[in-house]
Amino acid sequence: MKVRILVSLKDSVLDPQGQTVRNALHTLGYESIKDVRQGKVFEIELEGVSQEEAAKVIPEISDKVLANPIIEKFSWQILEKG
Amino acid sequence: MIDKKVIAEHNLTPEEYEKIVELIDREPNITELGIFSLMWSEHCSYKSSKIHLKKLPVEGKNVIQGPGENAGIIDIGDGLAAVFKIESHNHPSFIEPYQGAATGVGGILRDIFTMGARPIVLQDALRFGPLSKPKNKSIMEGVVSGISGYGNSIGIPTVGGDVYFNDCYSLNPLVNVFALGIAKKDKIFYAKAEGAGNPVLYVGAKTGRDGIHGATMASAEFGKDLEHKRPNVQVGDPFMEKLLLEACLEVMDKDLIVGIQDMGAAGLTCSTTEMASKSGTGIEIDLDLVPQREESMTPYEMMLSESQERMLIVAKKDRVEEVQRIFAKWDLDAVIIGKVIEGGRLKVKFGGKTVVDLPVRAIIDLCPVYEQESRTPRYLQSAIELGSVPEPDDYNHAFLTLLSSPTISEKEWVRRQYDHMVQVNTVFLPGADAAVIRIKGTNKALAVTLDGNSLYTYLEPKTGGKIAVAEACRNLACVGARPIGVTNCLNFGSPEKPEIMWQFQEAIEGIALACKIFDIPVTGGNVSFYNDTNGISIHPTPVLGIVGMVDDTRWITGPGFKSNGDILILLGENKEELGGSEYVKSIHRMEKGIPPQIDLEEEKRVQEFCLEAISLGLIESAHDISEGGLACCLAECSILSKGKMGISAHLKDNMRSDALLFGESQSRIVITSKEESREEIFHLARERGVKAMDIGKSGGERITISQRDKKLIDVPVAEAAKAWWEAIPEIFRIK
Amino acid sequence: MKFGVVIFPGSNCDHDTFYVLRDIFKQDAIFLWHKEHDLKNVDCIILPGGFSYGDYLRSGSIAAFSPLMQEVKEFAFKGGLVLGICNGFQVLLELGLLPGAMLRNKNLKFLCQYVHLRVDNTDTPFTSTAKKGQVLRIPIAHYDGNYYSSPETIQEVKKNNQTVLRYSDARGRLSDEANVNGSLECIAGLINKSGNVMGMMPHPERASEALLGSEDGRIIFESLIKSLG
Repeated sequence: MKVRILVSLKDSVLDPQGQTVRNALHTLGYESIKDVRQGKVFEIELEGVSQEEAAKVIPEISDKVLANPIIEKFSWQILEKG
Repeated sequence: MIDKKVIAEHNLTPEEYEKIVELIDREPNITELGIFSLMWSEHCSYKSSKIHLKKLPVEGKNVIQGPGENAGIIDIGDGLAAVFKIESHNHPSFIEPYQGAATGVGGILRDIFTMGARPIVLQDALRFGPLSKPKNKSIMEGVVSGISGYGNSIGIPTVGGDVYFNDCYSLNPLVNVFALGIAKKDKIFYAKAEGAGNPVLYVGAKTGRDGIHGATMASAEFGKDLEHKRPNVQVGDPFMEKLLLEACLEVMDKDLIVGIQDMGAAGLTCSTTEMASKSGTGIEIDLDLVPQREESMTPYEMMLSESQERMLIVAKKDRVEEVQRIFAKWDLDAVIIGKVIEGGRLKVKFGGKTVVDLPVRAIIDLCPVYEQESRTPRYLQSAIELGSVPEPDDYNHAFLTLLSSPTISEKEWVRRQYDHMVQVNTVFLPGADAAVIRIKGTNKALAVTLDGNSLYTYLEPKTGGKIAVAEACRNLACVGARPIGVTNCLNFGSPEKPEIMWQFQEAIEGIALACKIFDIPVTGGNVSFYNDTNGISIHPTPVLGIVGMVDDTRWITGPGFKSNGDILILLGENKEELGGSEYVKSIHRMEKGIPPQIDLEEEKRVQEFCLEAISLGLIESAHDISEGGLACCLAECSILSKGKMGISAHLKDNMRSDALLFGESQSRIVITSKEESREEIFHLARERGVKAMDIGKSGGERITISQRDKKLIDVPVAEAAKAWWEAIPEIFRIK
Repeated sequence: MKFGVVIFPGSNCDHDTFYVLRDIFKQDAIFLWHKEHDLKNVDCIILPGGFSYGDYLRSGSIAAFSPLMQEVKEFAFKGGLVLGICNGFQVLLELGLLPGAMLRNKNLKFLCQYVHLRVDNTDTPFTSTAKKGQVLRIPIAHYDGNYYSSPETIQEVKKNNQTVLRYSDARGRLSDEANVNGSLECIAGLINKSGNVMGMMPHPERASEALLGSEDGRIIFESLIKSLG
């Protein structure tokens, strides 16, 4: 099974990288870009797990390792069912 | 299969191919052709530069290792040796500035620690196009963060270096990286493959299809198909290299290995053949055992891959397990992929079959050597004519403009991105004439500086070469260090152009002359040819990295004034020389004229006097005069002083005011002394045959410089400081 | 009294800290390896600066999971003295021994420079030899030193007087300009509630010898030595 996890800063935390990208896009003339938030993507392959098990383990590793819950949030999706 | 097209794609001439066939007595297969194309590339073989490099002096009583190894080695006493080298990473840094510069740092560090030395300092000589062009800005931003990303992470301080801007580097930036390490004199390691039967180990990162043909890329002119070259760029992993560094130093310390070589440019090919060649042995490896990151790689790809952070080790037969245990401690694999064999051949197996069987000598020693045609360039006829240049109406304005020209202005924007203090040895913060690194456990310190003004070399290559050496040594003298060894990075255009070869020969001659007079050996370096884009060559840019020794840390001297009311003394002589100056370039927008001339004997006297006076405790501060002339030198002494002390300087010379203020005459140093040392210092100067002139005093809040009765410059220190500090940050400010 | 300096893969101020403890302050110091479980009876543990595990995930995050750190956590709960410098501070945050997290510096660049720090709390084993309000000049060198925590946490931190060191100007005044990395409340050094675990972004080991430009970092080590002696 292939899973994609997206980790990004919480909406309440300032994201200067995202802001810089937004400003750069404005400079290039893309005025319609209202906001940019930057994050990290993890693509994870799991072996021998059911969807229910994945639904348990993915939030667990995201919360414990991949993201720092003080500043970051995460979301995930299944890319390929195993 | 191997036709004319394939041969040309491997950057080999038809004659070179014929020679290969003759040497091995048959047609090579494609993997073998790949091996020859790498090792016979200009980058690996120095085939066009070899005969000229022989002119450089390489002998000296403290030389432990001269050119030809991974790095040069100089005995520094106390049972210690300094191991250092400079190398270019120009082409990769243009294609992908961050990774290009980062892997440059990684590569030079491996050169140092493969010899058993722990790296203690990094420096960079960077050359970019003008920052008014967004492309140049983004290249500079990428290069600086690449150096910082790699050096900071691995924990080697990046201390200073120099940065110049010139339009000739717009499509061809230069990234020359210098590293120095310290080794115990009796624990130095070489790229040896001795003892038939000893196992060959592969350690570090897995092999992927990175940078295949990187070494041949660095030996070919860039054309319009540049974008396609992007996949060639390797990605650096400083964390992996940090582990490699610690593990390698540990196996060396325990004496478990025979020889070691890094797999940088030209990867497995270069490391196996060079190690075998140096020991007169052969090596046999099995590619199926090589750790691989990608699937279904061919022997060609594996032999030519330039994946970073890999090493080849020849271990002592009975100590292999200990070696593997140490690497495991650092979470690294050390895999046996082959062994040393008798008979001087490189044998490579893949899928049970022999895919390479070549005489090592043919690959390494029998590469053709060329004496390329050379001819005086046509551009010189008009370039050395400066013509009439008007004197500026407003000297304050010209002064502030020069201080804020990117080449002269403060590079703190660059330097504070580098961790320059890790390892707790950095005595001077970057910004002084040379970086000073103390040697723990002794009273000594090493000073390091990089130098090379390509405009001088463009206008008069021999003079440019001489000045590069002289100025680097002068920088060392100013901090209180005497030069002990040289490494150089020679960045030029295509050697197939006779005019470039002429520049190259002349510059080398200048460097050789100066090194002989200063009695310093050249212990190695690097030649980077083919710095051309769409047929246009960069200015010839020799960069000299010179290492100096401070025998007692009490003598370390800085550029900033120490106290108000000290006397300002100018050592050397002001001459009416404007050609090739930053003033003519940035105020009058011309790269013209005869560059400043240099009398090397006089230069040596000035430097030796400066060192002697420092060791007698007569000097409070010292700063050398270079780009921007006397006026900019004085401004820097003032800005870098504690509390920003002003200056009142009175000059008596009878010459053009702009030449006096901004001319770049050589062999000059501005020192300050206490009033009570006045007599002694002038007496000593007379005795040593050095011209010394009292030109004023430190103090106040303004920089004022007058010529006879005419006040030329009068600005508050704060205003000069702002122009100097803010120029580069202003360009990069996020708006 | 015995100091333990922890080595993670990628630590690079481990030798610096060890050198300063042993050669400058003449203390008994040993290295502790991240894979081990034994703290070897040390009295104080220092987590040094560097890039543990390359800091590829988040600064300090993977180091926090190492076997040794579980022992360090125990040690801290029992009241043992723990100092985290730079990456060590980041590890302590990831470990949950100190509240909050680090964001990228506000200018998005690595910053290596001297800063001024105002000592706001001298009632700690790490700052007891300083005077309240004293300004120290010590260098920083980091990419992620922009301290952040939730409004509730910061209230709590302030109430308990846990902000030990704050970025200031040379005269001890707080300002946006002096707060080079953008830290919340200008926090440069933070202590836990029970007062035995401190993290600081600046490097006191780099400011312990006059030859290198500042001796202000000695206060941290001298305070520790005093409190242990």
